[in-house]
Amino acid sequence: MDGVVDCRGLSCPEPVIEARQALQQASGGTVTVIVSNAVARDNVSRAAKSMGWQVNVEEDGEDFKLSITR
Amino acid sequence: MRDRLFIIIAGAVVGLLAVILVMQGNPVNMGFCIACFIRDITGALGLHRAGVVQYIRPEIIGLVIGSFATALYVKEFRATGGSSPVLRFILGMLMMAGALIFLGCPLRMVLRLAGGDLNALIALPGYVVGVWLGTYFLGRGYTLGRSQEQSAVSGYAGPFLALVLLVLLLAAPAFIFFSEEGPGAMAAPIVLTLGAGLLVGILAQRTRLCTMGAIRDIILFKDYQLFYGFAAIFVVAFAGNLVTGQFNPGLEGQPVAHVDTVWNFLGMTVVGFAAVLAGGCPMRQLILTGEGQGDALITVFGMMAGAAFMHNFGLAGSPAGVSPAGQWIVFISLAVLFAIGFGNIKARLAAGKKGQARAS
Repeated sequence: MDGVVDCRGLSCPEPVIEARQALQQASGGTVTVIVSNAVARDNVSRAAKSMGWQVNVEEDGEDFKLSITR
Repeated sequence: MRDRLFIIIAGAVVGLLAVILVMQGNPVNMGFCIACFIRDITGALGLHRAGVVQYIRPEIIGLVIGSFATALYVKEFRATGGSSPVLRFILGMLMMAGALIFLGCPLRMVLRLAGGDLNALIALPGYVVGVWLGTYFLGRGYTLGRSQEQSAVSGYAGPFLALVLLVLLLAAPAFIFFSEEGPGAMAAPIVLTLGAGLLVGILAQRTRLCTMGAIRDIILFKDYQLFYGFAAIFVVAFAGNLVTGQFNPGLEGQPVAHVDTVWNFLGMTVVGFAAVLAGGCPMRQLILTGEGQGDALITVFGMMAGAAFMHNFGLAGSPAGVSPAGQWIVFISLAVLFAIGFGNIKARLAAGKKGQARAS
């Protein structure tokens, strides 16, 4: 696991801003983003895909773990 | 693509319902106005005594219950809260203050524009400027901090209060105020307004429709998803007004509006700025309330306090314009918004961690 961005408890657009920053810095590999609501899950997924990354969503209790790879 | 179509449909439904509600009795260009309707409810509860704007608006009840039921059904209901409640309350007050200077929330701004009220055309760039100001802070790490898990009771509080309002509306006890004249006395039948609220609550919960997010996401990410919904509201309401003969272009004599250019512009600047810092426009706050977010409910309470404040002290705009005291409120609001913005720039991912460490 290359990097974990813990966005639990943050509401949009904050998780998207943080995830985009992490993806821009990583440039490749796997970045894991943890969010605690469905809106953040959808928005981070959409942002990552539009930046050319692949997203795999896993439910983690009431949270969501997004494995973003390129 | 599917998401885009869905949000366009949701926006179109809002626009269409707005036209229908006006035809059935709601004030002109006010088929839906979240700020106005929360203000009316505040008055009905006697928290302000502006006799012409007191009514328990079923649209608001429907929005919260519709969102609540949908969130439960799709398992997105989650009781959370505790992210800077005091500041959220103040942001709610400021959002309402700005809306009552302009005379409408962002949703009504779009509907006023669709009805030909050119004062809304002046307010729109003001709103964009406000949202842009907010994104300046977001880009620099502005955050109100992480929310935490709350007890289920906390999450049910908003929907429960909506039900209490419904009971008060239907029972109409003597201590509830109902306007006998003015905009507060103009309302479509309850079954229609409640139904419209429920439907929009369902659609807005699923699509995340937000009149502030529409502009914010373009500025921040060049993401047009929410904007499609925003634009659909305008297009359908505009077409509906044309077809039904409710389109009356002009600046003067527009319903529940004034022609004070500067204050129309700056009023919406306050609303846009406050909405970004609070994380959602007035309608979005109601939807989030239905999803169990205490942070949104406290913002709605702030809006109610703001409405009481603005009317009790004669600060709200009126068709006659904005009073000098009301003009001062705009500047004070902007100053407070900058203070909240600058005061909450911090390392977002570290936010809240300190508190958790201390607790453990």
